[in-house]
Amino acid sequence: MSDDGAALGARLRERDLSAAPAALNLLESTTAADRAQTAALLREVSPAALAREAPGHVIGVTGPPGAGKSTLLSALLHAWRAQQRSVAMLAVDPSSRRSGGSLLGDRARIDFDPADRGVLIRSTAAGERLGGLAWATRSAAQALAAAFDVVVIETVGVGQAETDIAELADTVAVIVQPGSGDALQFLKSGIMEIPDVLVVTKADLGTLATRAVRDLRAALRSLGAAHGPGAARVVAVSSLPPASGIDELQQALEEHRAALDLPARRLSVRRAGALRDFTVEHGEHGLRALGGRRAAERWLSEQDPGLETPALVAALEQRIGA
Amino acid sequence: MIRTYAGHSTAKASNELYRSNLAKGQTGLSVAFDLPTQTGHDPDDELSRGEVGKVGVPISHRGDMGTLMDGIPLGEMNTSMTINATAAWLLALYIVAAEDQGVPQEQLQGTTQNDIIKEFLARGTYAFPPGPSMRLIADMIAYTVEHVPKWNPINICSYHLQEAGSTPVQEIAYSMSNAIAVLDAVRERVPADRMGQVFGRISFFVNAGVRFIEEHAKLRAMSILWEELGRERYGVEDSKHLRFRYGVQVNSLGLTEAQPENNVQRIVLEALAVTLGRDARARAIQLPAWNEALGLPRPWDQQWSLRIQQVLAYETDILEYPDIFEGSKVMDGLVAELLDGARAEMAVVAEHGGAVEAVPYMKAALVDSHRERIRKIEAGEQIVVGQNRFAESEVSPLTADAEGGIMVVDPDVEASQIEALRKWRSARDQQAVDTALAELAQTARGVENLMGATIAAARAGATTGEWAGALRDVFGSYRAPTGVGEASAAPADDDLQELRDEVSRLQEQLGRRPKILVGKPGLDGHSNGAEQIAVRARDAGMDVVYEGIRLTPAQIAASALQEGVHVIGLSILSGSHRELIPAVIEALRAAGVQAPVIVGGIIPDQDVAPLEQAGVAAVYTPKDFDITRIMRDIVKLLGETADTLAPAAAGADSPA
Repeated sequence: MSDDGAALGARLRERDLSAAPAALNLLESTTAADRAQTAALLREVSPAALAREAPGHVIGVTGPPGAGKSTLLSALLHAWRAQQRSVAMLAVDPSSRRSGGSLLGDRARIDFDPADRGVLIRSTAAGERLGGLAWATRSAAQALAAAFDVVVIETVGVGQAETDIAELADTVAVIVQPGSGDALQFLKSGIMEIPDVLVVTKADLGTLATRAVRDLRAALRSLGAAHGPGAARVVAVSSLPPASGIDELQQALEEHRAALDLPARRLSVRRAGALRDFTVEHGEHGLRALGGRRAAERWLSEQDPGLETPALVAALEQRIGA
Repeated sequence: MIRTYAGHSTAKASNELYRSNLAKGQTGLSVAFDLPTQTGHDPDDELSRGEVGKVGVPISHRGDMGTLMDGIPLGEMNTSMTINATAAWLLALYIVAAEDQGVPQEQLQGTTQNDIIKEFLARGTYAFPPGPSMRLIADMIAYTVEHVPKWNPINICSYHLQEAGSTPVQEIAYSMSNAIAVLDAVRERVPADRMGQVFGRISFFVNAGVRFIEEHAKLRAMSILWEELGRERYGVEDSKHLRFRYGVQVNSLGLTEAQPENNVQRIVLEALAVTLGRDARARAIQLPAWNEALGLPRPWDQQWSLRIQQVLAYETDILEYPDIFEGSKVMDGLVAELLDGARAEMAVVAEHGGAVEAVPYMKAALVDSHRERIRKIEAGEQIVVGQNRFAESEVSPLTADAEGGIMVVDPDVEASQIEALRKWRSARDQQAVDTALAELAQTARGVENLMGATIAAARAGATTGEWAGALRDVFGSYRAPTGVGEASAAPADDDLQELRDEVSRLQEQLGRRPKILVGKPGLDGHSNGAEQIAVRARDAGMDVVYEGIRLTPAQIAASALQEGVHVIGLSILSGSHRELIPAVIEALRAAGVQAPVIVGGIIPDQDVAPLEQAGVAAVYTPKDFDITRIMRDIVKLLGETADTLAPAAAGADSPA
């Protein structure tokens, strides 16, 4: 018999990284018994239990296939490890599941020392339930942020993927490949929210990359993006040796996080997640029983800010007598 | 020219084998290198474990090459080297070995395979990313045209594409697109008036399957396309330069482990495909051994293959007539059909930006074709005698002796090779080596031809791993696309639907979707089997973690732990399962992963029991062609294991 949920949660709270794989197995499980254990696990890493927000920096990274995400993440991983910061990466594959199965191969593209206990990479398939990112991914981000210094959620795509990831990350970075106008178009047309950091890869391409940076900055200005610390940034990187721009990107991520009102951000993530989970489980019908989305949101905003997502879901369920 | 593919265990043993084959009437050398040499690793590298001297000879430095060619007059020899990513290096060592014999490089004759695209697509022994790999090839071609004029610097291989499941149209289209990528790169490096010579030095290495009429048509189509390409794209006019020159190894994919004696007639028919019509006849033929699907062939098995060629050449009348298909409407029609298909597919590759950029596209297309081929065999739509039809058999006297069925490599080879390498390193002029490697790295960062610095490093006594390491530092490392992510889903027939239902039931039992890690430990790059298992597991409804080839036991263990997989499938075809499988299991258990391990590959019967003792739950070999059945076994196995483990913790207990 392995650890139960509470024990795994307590180990994560004590920053025992070796508890992470078993914790993730539990968080992904859908049996009733395991869901109860999951709730116990998340309670142990809740802000109430930690007496603060989980310290890890949750970074969402998204971008189209072929944009150089994996190469970039490898470079970032090395930079973080060089600073002795532990890193967990959750790679979410949004590909459709016609057969129900999925092929998850991206971890191989991230180059790291398998003996390094400060690194964890986990691949998951999205789409098991409605609502974009796997439910387990959102719980995992919350749990791992208690133990790891950096938690990266990586997913593929632009537009919807970026919106999904914004719901759970402290900082959102969108990867842009020079020469492809997708991100620019989505940004201008409002399909995509303004991300915290825009990363132009393949800076070694020269003019093409410089133009991409310029166009994105112009777009941000025309959209009236904010200035000053924490405002949206555009960074150009090249992961080819000699790599460039990685330091600047790291700094941009740090600065965004430093300027962030973390408790407020995390609180809204937990509350939005709870409402989403509740809706997935009980549908529009359940939402109506709460008096509609607005009323539910208002009610959630009055709850104890230290409560973790499953506790909030349970409270909502109690309200409708489910 | 008559050759057999050879080269085993050590430079000295291989040298003896070559000399004895030359004495038996063989007229050229065909050198096979072990996987560490092919991928640019020294024998003491972690990845080399279990692979040293396994599928060919280990050559780490000029001393090894000197031993390999000892007493063989290189000025008179025609040497074919099956070497790709590190071809420039092995040619450099060969040039230095010739120097030591007093033979100038101008006199050297032979071929280096040197085709990197098919390594990314099918064979897996790449060392550098595609761009720099292509540069090395172009540099080497430009060098040999100037300094080693009788050398065939590259052999464009369509062979491996067919082994990876390509259709004839794909085989033609992808190999021609590959040639275009190479020639375009060389064109930037040589004066325009040299292009005819360059074009004339490029030869092909093709495959011939058992559908030998269509295969013959394929070769006629290739020679037409080649000439067209030379004239139109590269302005070549000399008809001597425009001739489509090719060597051939007949199909191994179609050889069966079941009733292996049937492979002899398959090999004979395939040999006819490349000899029947004079207008598209092969210049050199290599025939595989009848028992190749069972493991490494012994000298007697190779002799049998050589004798097949000799009967064909000296007893039959095949060489006495002009082209026997001249004026055949059937043959002309077949050729026209293949040409149309190939031109259309070449256009698709060109749209992707050429063969280098289209590697992911081509890889996915091959995985798909192979999936379709296997489906047909499983469904009985494609008949394989002795396997899915006429499977009943008398007891074979040829394979009755289980112990002697294949040649076994002495396990001490690896240790003694590592020891010899240490001695070499301590005896050489280290400063000269350091200088040469620094010079090599400097050249790699610039645009000059890399061959000069490579030959200087060979002369100074650098090792294979050092040469490749210096270049990796500059070029970066690389993992090729696996092609599985893009593979289309299998049509859900009754069998598959039933399997999906079983997987769904298992999911409820486990609490989450069954997750399988498909791993290829070691340097073996033959990934067909692993890819097909991965795709089928996906189609069956499992979550599949497949990371491609060349993983260390530590990497596999880390993936299994972090991914929380329920089962681990390992595939090895290089014969290194005895060393690598126990090493992986040890690493898994040390990481606290208790998930069951299954193994697939060319595993001789007598190795099954030791693997099971090491903790393997099931072993599959080429005779288990029904992948759906393998999946069903896995589901059953997981159902049983789930009963004994706490659901959420299945596969990953926390280390104490």
